[in-house]
Amino acid sequence: MSASTAQVSKTRTRYSATQWVKLDAQGVYYKDLNREIRSLALKGARRFEIRNVFGQRYLGTNLWGIEDRDKIQIRVYGTPGSDMGAFMDGPMIEVFGNAQDATGNTMNCGKVVIHGSAGDVLGYGMRGGEIYVRGNVGYRVGIHMKEYMDKIPTVVIGGNMQDFFGEYMAGGRIIVLNKFFEDNPPVRQSYFIGTGMHGGAIFIRGDVDLNQIGAEVGVEDPTDSEWKAIEKYVHNFCRVFDLEAKKAKLLKRHKFTKLFAKSSRPYGRLYAY
Amino acid sequence: MLTSLLPEFTVDRDEGRCIQCRVCERQCSFDVFGYDADHNVMVHREENCVACQRCAVLCPTNALVIKNNEYTYKPNANWTREYIQDLKKQAETGGVLLTGMGCDKPHKIYWDHILINASQVTNPSIDPLREPMELRTYLGRKPDHLEFRDGELELPDYPNVVLSTPIMFGAMSYGAISYNSFQSLARAAFDYGTLFNTGEGGWPKELRKYGKATIVQCASGRFGLDLEYFNDAAMVEIKIGQGAKPGIGGHLPGEKVSEHISLTRMIPEGSDAISPAPHHDIYSIEDLHMLIHALKEAVDYKKPVSVKISAVHNAPAIASGMVRAGADIIVLDGLRGGTGAAPKILRDNVGIPIELALAAVDTRLRNEGIRNWASLVVSGGIRNSADIFKAIALGADAVYIGTPALMALGCTVCQKCYTGKCAWGITTQDPYLTKRVNPEIGTQNLKNLLRAWSLEIKELLGCGGINSIESVRGNRLQLRGIGLEDWELDTLGIRGAGQ
Repeated sequence: MSASTAQVSKTRTRYSATQWVKLDAQGVYYKDLNREIRSLALKGARRFEIRNVFGQRYLGTNLWGIEDRDKIQIRVYGTPGSDMGAFMDGPMIEVFGNAQDATGNTMNCGKVVIHGSAGDVLGYGMRGGEIYVRGNVGYRVGIHMKEYMDKIPTVVIGGNMQDFFGEYMAGGRIIVLNKFFEDNPPVRQSYFIGTGMHGGAIFIRGDVDLNQIGAEVGVEDPTDSEWKAIEKYVHNFCRVFDLEAKKAKLLKRHKFTKLFAKSSRPYGRLYAY
Repeated sequence: MLTSLLPEFTVDRDEGRCIQCRVCERQCSFDVFGYDADHNVMVHREENCVACQRCAVLCPTNALVIKNNEYTYKPNANWTREYIQDLKKQAETGGVLLTGMGCDKPHKIYWDHILINASQVTNPSIDPLREPMELRTYLGRKPDHLEFRDGELELPDYPNVVLSTPIMFGAMSYGAISYNSFQSLARAAFDYGTLFNTGEGGWPKELRKYGKATIVQCASGRFGLDLEYFNDAAMVEIKIGQGAKPGIGGHLPGEKVSEHISLTRMIPEGSDAISPAPHHDIYSIEDLHMLIHALKEAVDYKKPVSVKISAVHNAPAIASGMVRAGADIIVLDGLRGGTGAAPKILRDNVGIPIELALAAVDTRLRNEGIRNWASLVVSGGIRNSADIFKAIALGADAVYIGTPALMALGCTVCQKCYTGKCAWGITTQDPYLTKRVNPEIGTQNLKNLLRAWSLEIKELLGCGGINSIESVRGNRLQLRGIGLEDWELDTLGIRGAGQ
């Protein structure tokens, strides 16, 4: 724990919800950093600006039991560690840099905005909330995302993705803008997209080759209601990354390919009696 | 109807005793019985019978006997009846054979080759009725050494859970078993001061009041789990593998995902609940370290985190990695561990017996000097209190029981759990059948079982002149092997009887 952060929590007893509490993560162990955020949140702080983040894991996880956790905002400057927002339930994290692996792992609710790229397994098992990535994402992103009642988790990716994208997907939506800064970019040759998929939908700006997708995946155009959702989330994407000027160019319906599960029972015929 | 299969069992009805009350017809969920009103007799479709004995037990005049079908294929030591029938089923369907419960093949049961010591003359045996005997067990990391400051013992901040007896109920999800069965396990564990495990099927909100008796599971499907689920429980368990089906996932078919199950699993009603084979965020020990600590963060380091694997060939090396990755408890589930549904070929052929895995893992962790970093829980093949005593003497801290708990609720091990038609109302979601488990009686029977086995463990302690289960833990001198070869004695770390 650096001297400056330790001092903050000792000298003040109560924080206002609108005040940006500044923390310096230089050389701070993740457990101490997360506990500091938790203890400040228990004292009323809701806005955090963390500088010099360098590999600290599990940001946003240790906030169970905090009232109004959905009002918590964490701005991260630097490179946070893996499992950022794992099991997160409400807060918003904005990263001014790249993120590592397993961002939003099994996230229940909340929002993650990454101004750079993110690593592997982003959004694994995610049940709710939103993740926006300006750049690219790694392998196995969106595996086993699910939806439940009014929760439909959404991931929007400005760049492109590696293999095993949306495997076992059971719900939710992923929107891939595929190099949002180009007009007609080819889709990256990543493979095994949606293998074992049995729910949810993936929308990719561009054409996807049939040899890139799993056997359980169907290809069609987005429906009207799905297009409305795409419009909404692309609008959000442009807002959070300050790309309003690009919006009209991105929102060309005929350019989007929808990938969906052909069956909700991919293993239905596997067994004898 | 498949004509090439012989009925496995026959129904022997004593017509002189039968009063045509049709209880058998109503009780059988496998559609074996019918009533012929023209002749006022009961008729049988024996090919459907699974020998669960529900009809025979409930027949008011004891008119029914369910027997193995003695008319079978020509006896053949190689092509047994089972292999012939299995092959025919697969030729007709082209599918993977499913089964329920633990491996029923005659692999060596090491418990039956291990004998327990008793005190004679040189140290007095103890009468547990007369003297206090301690079965209390703490699960979680223990300190490397004791530290004192100003004469006071300073304990490090390792979360532990306390059990009144070293017996817990293993993971059986709501979905695999009925609500009444699930609730009975929760209540019995709570009343008796031990733990039950939710499995990967979520945890109904109204049962959260039994939180201090609850282990919640985080498995590869990540069903029904959120921060509230972790924080309401006493312990969190990461399930990597299961003894009955090491290395594969599982799935609850959509037809079993009813409204209430959809609420606890947090998935839409009627959708398949698929648990992938691995956790896709765990491809290495380092990744396991990451998830263990994510869960510790999620519970603010207040609860121990356990990791369960199935007992496989290199279990000792894996266990060492698990402990070093931060697991506070490691669970080994052996070859004979049960399941609600597993491919038969895996259940019967993959994994190793729990006795050998347990001894090998305990030895490895001791040799590496890290045995105190984690507690060791074993499951898969525990049948009675002597098995538990032997497991603890081989190095276990506690055991999970699954099949024995279900037997206390009525199960007769017919192995048809995967059909969802359990006539005893345990592994089914059919409301007509689930009523057959009365949660009051179920809870009481489970508590009776815990009490009976705990009393027997105290007797076994007393006969050896020991008054605390802690003194038996890893005390392999209490054991001797019989009918074992040298390599088996070596692996178990025990001497032969008479040595």
